[in-house]
This record gives sequence, C-alpha cells and structure tokens, in this order.
Amino acid sequence: MTAHSAPRTPAPAAGDTARGPTRTAADRTPAPAPGRRSAAPGAPAPSGTRRPAAGSPLRDRVRSAGLPYLLLLPALALELLIHLVPMATGIVMAFKDLTQEYISDWSAAPWAGLDNFRVAVDVDAPVGEALLRSFAVTCGFTVLAVGLSWLLGVTAAILMQDAFRGRGLLRALFLTPYALPVYAAVITWSFLLQHDNGLLNHVLHDQLGLTDGKPFWLVGDNSFVALLLVAVWRTWPFAFLLLTAALQNVSADLYEASALDGAGMWRQIRHITLPALRPVNQVLVLVLFLWTFNDFNVPFVLFGKSAPQSADLVSLHIYQSSFVTWDFGAGSAMSVLLLLFLLLVTAGYLLLTSRGRGSADV
Amino acid sequence: MSDTATAHQASGAAAPRRSPTALPRSFVWTRRIVLTLLAVFTATPLYVMVSSSLKPLEEVSGTFRWIPAELTLEPYRDIWRTVPLGRYFLNSLIVSASATACSVVVAVFAAYAVSRYRFRGRQVFTVTVLSTQMFPGILFLLPLFLLFVNVGNATGLALYGSRGALILTYMTFTLPLSIWMLAGYFASIPRDLDEAALVDGCGPLGALFRVLIPAAVPGIIAVTVYSFMTAWGEVLFASVMTNDATRTLSIGLQGYATRTEVYWNQVMAASLVVSVPVVAGFLLLQRYLVAGLTAGAVK
Repeated sequence: MTAHSAPRTPAPAAGDTARGPTRTAADRTPAPAPGRRSAAPGAPAPSGTRRPAAGSPLRDRVRSAGLPYLLLLPALALELLIHLVPMATGIVMAFKDLTQEYISDWSAAPWAGLDNFRVAVDVDAPVGEALLRSFAVTCGFTVLAVGLSWLLGVTAAILMQDAFRGRGLLRALFLTPYALPVYAAVITWSFLLQHDNGLLNHVLHDQLGLTDGKPFWLVGDNSFVALLLVAVWRTWPFAFLLLTAALQNVSADLYEASALDGAGMWRQIRHITLPALRPVNQVLVLVLFLWTFNDFNVPFVLFGKSAPQSADLVSLHIYQSSFVTWDFGAGSAMSVLLLLFLLLVTAGYLLLTSRGRGSADV
Repeated sequence: MSDTATAHQASGAAAPRRSPTALPRSFVWTRRIVLTLLAVFTATPLYVMVSSSLKPLEEVSGTFRWIPAELTLEPYRDIWRTVPLGRYFLNSLIVSASATACSVVVAVFAAYAVSRYRFRGRQVFTVTVLSTQMFPGILFLLPLFLLFVNVGNATGLALYGSRGALILTYMTFTLPLSIWMLAGYFASIPRDLDEAALVDGCGPLGALFRVLIPAAVPGIIAVTVYSFMTAWGEVLFASVMTNDATRTLSIGLQGYATRTEVYWNQVMAASLVVSVPVVAGFLLLQRYLVAGLTAGAVK
C-alpha cells in the first residue's frame, strides 16, 4: 500500500511547484501587457494548459475561483463553530472573573484584567506554585514518555523489517494496545497496579521478593512511574506503526549495494535505515510530543479528577481548577498560557527541523 | 531453523531485502531477546484483562493469580445489569459514528479544494486546521461547555448533555484529523487522473465523485477508522458534556466501582466487550490506516 503511495508522493509535489510559477506568470503578464502588446498573446497559453475545459475563459475563471470556497464552506462553518468561536471565547474568559455564579451567563462576569494570569504565574502563591509544579511534571513526563516510546518503536520496527516466522502475529500483538479504547486499556492497568490484588505487586513482592512490602502505585511519588509505564505501553505502538511503514519505503537496492561493499547488518542499520527514517521521525516526535503533553485521558482514568502531585499533568490540572474548583477564569488563563507554550515549542521545532532538512539537501 | 524456513516463503512472496544467510547471529539473538521482552510487556495487561474477566469476584478481590482457579462466564452476564452498558454502548456508537461520518464528508470536500486548487486563504486554512489539531482538548472544553449552557439557557434548547452537542464537540478533534489525512492522501493521487476527467467533460464535482473519491477509497477508510477509534476512546468531553441518559462507555465503565467494592472481573469483561469491535476493525484495516497516516505525515 505505502510502497505504492511513496513514489507517487513526489509527483504531485513537483506538480505543485511547476504549477505555482505557471500561474503567477499568467497572472502577472497582463499587468505589463498594455506597454508591451507582444507579451499579451503569451498570457492565455499557460492558463489554457492549466484548465483545459471548454467555455468562455471568463466564466471559467469565475467558477474556478469560487469553487474552492464553496467546497470549503461546510468545513469553514464547522471550524468557526467548534474551534474559532470557542477559542475566542476562551481568550475572553481568561480576562474575566468567572466563578461558579456566572455559569448560566458568562458574559455577565466582571472583567478581571490580567488578574487570572497574574495568579496563574505567581509561583509564591498556591495556585501559581501548583501550576508550575504541574508544568514541570508534564515536561519531565513528556520527555521520558516520548523518548521511551520512540526508542521501543524504532527498535521493534528495525528488528521486524525482515520476514521471520510469526512476524504478522507479533505485529498484530504490538498494535493492539494502540487500538484499544484508552479507558479500557487504562482501567486494565489500574487493576494491575492495585495495591492488594494487583499483578505488579504480586510479581514484585510475592514472586520475586524485590520489594519489602507492597508499594502503592496510584498514590504518592510512585504514581509518576505508574503513569509513565501506562503511557509508554499505549504510545509506543504508534511509533512502531509509522516507522514500520516508513521502512517499507527504503529501497532494497541500498541494502544490496551496501552488502556488496561489505557492510554488515549493524552498519546498514546505522548508515541506511536510521537516516532513511529521519523525515518520518521529525513528524513522529512532534506528534508524540503534542499528544503526550496534552494527554488527559490516561491520568484521568488512572487517578480520577485529581491526580497525585507527582503525576499531575497540566491538562488534568486545568480540568481540576475549572470543573472541581469551578474557577473558569483561572482555568482559561492557564489554557491560554498552555496554548502559547505549545505554539512556541512547535514553531521552534518546525524551524529547527526545516533548517536541518534544508542544510541536508545542500 | 525458523529463519531458513521463512526465507523460502519470503523469497516466494517478494524479493528479500537481504539474503537471510547474511543475518548475523548477534542480530538474530538481539531480535529474539528484545522482541520477547516487548511481547511480554505488551501482552501481560491483555492476558490479565482476558483471564480476570473469567474469574469469580472472590478471586479478583484477593491476591492476584496467573492461572484462574475457576473459570466462569458470569461476569459477561452481569456486566449488562450492574450498569446500563447497552445504553452506553449505543450512545458511544451514535456519537462516534455521527462525528466520524460528518467529519469525513465535510473533509472530503475541503481536502479536494486544498489539494487541487490554489486560492487565496488556502495557506491560512490549512495552517488553522493543522494547528487546531495540536491544541489540547481542554482548551475547547471550557468555552464549549459555557457556550452550550448559555445558548441553552437563552433558547430553551437542552444543548448541554445532549448527544448533538457531544457530536459537535467530538468534531473538534475528528474534523481536523480527517481534513489533514485526506488532504495528504488526495495529494498523493496523481493529478492527471482527475484532470483527465475534466478534459473529458466532467465538472469539478464529477471529477471528485467519479475519479478522485474512488481512487481515494483506502484513504477514506483509513480516516474513518481512525476518527471512529479516537472518538470511541474519548474521555475528556464525555466526562463533562454527558448526563445520565447520554453517557458514553468511557465514563459509564466507571460504574463498576461502587463505594465499597470494585467488580474487577466485570470491569475487565466490559473492557473486553467494548474493545473487541474496534480492535478487530483496526487490525483488519490497519494497512489502509498506515497508508493514510503516512500520506498525511509525509505531505
């Protein structure tokens, strides 16, 4: 499947760039045309190749100019309804003193100016301190979870590149955690992590004798480990899935040629497989980062509405400040701060990777 | 032994990437050890889920046992009575399917426009769609909650807690996902295909319906599966936007925990029951999913 789409992908991309200049050339030529009439006859030619349908060119142009917008109309309307209006509302809410009393009419809430933000970033006060701690926990959690998931994914993808008996079955097994509905998977983990009747304590204490007693995994400092374990279990199959697909596109010729040159398996992995995965890795890491950083499902199902301090991820933290403490103003301010942070990181990352890609091409 | 056996099969199916005899011992052993560990890590919770769902309550409440002392199907009978699982199931199905269907239909048109036409605002649109996908759901949850409550109060419509409202909130993540994946997939289909249809006298919509959509069936399947899976597993919006009548599985499953006891065997049985349809669908259709995902990602 992917083997087919791979060689195709560059074709339309090349078409795009070929098309872009053609079009701008066609659009620009009429402008200097009054001065130099000789340029005018050249103008219709490119536009003619662009849209070879019959009919009057003017009507054609109007139709093709309006058509994309018509096609986009439903998507635009929905985007407005579900993303842009709520986002604008959320930003306005962040500047209001929006407590429980105003739930039935949020616009009536008094303006708070920058108070919500001031409270959110004041690290000496309880709210700001808790947010900062939650932010730090989330950063550490994200780095570890993304790193481990990527590592497991890339290892499994490389090891399973060649056919061997049972590969298909193993592949299905590896993908199952990703396909499971998140709550079903996490509930199962919370059973494994139970203090008295869980598997983990049974193995660690009863069977291996590694721990003195039976530790609590879902309260206290251990919950960070528990959260990480569950998150990696759920996330690494996605890395595996994408990287496996990417490996199918690596040309077999490269391996054959390098084998003829005497390169061993390990060297092939280092010098052919890993470099070939780079573009997919860049997208993958960004996607994993965003998902993990924003993750709400895993901590919510594992811990409920309020997580232990050591595993208090930002999403759950905002949820708690909003729907448990009922302070929507503070919750919105935190959301806006989170959004700014994500935008900054993503922009920085994209800039960095595109620069790296550019220099690699040169 | 196993390696040579599969080598013949592999060479029969497709050209082997490397000659199997060239696989160094170190690699083969690394592969065996690492993959075994990964398989144990992956399979353990799945095994616990299945085996515990067949145990009586006394057994899951006591010390964990790898091999069940007694097998029973009672949990599978009781799950439907302890909580209204059937209703939750139906709610999840309606909400996930509607959100997916709406998103995919709307996204097909949007993706066609984005991948085949150059127009003013195209860049703004794609960037908006892409960026909303990366925003945390919590960002939309608060305002949507208040907007639903407020609009409901103003118009008398019971928006908050209704299935319609939940479907709309689910589209906050299914729609950008669908547009992004489909635009990538359409871009990977050669333009000549639908341009030939235009030359042959098809209108733009004719080209879309007669040529592009049939050619994009794998991509559309991928988007549908992926959207549905994401919606089926959604927890955040469901935890705030549902009431007793519209509750979905993600929240409903918490009903097996009472104040005094958690019916772990029923929890596991119910988890299995709600998982089997999506996991089966996913495993059956995963090759399409991979194609769709990579088309979206590489673009």
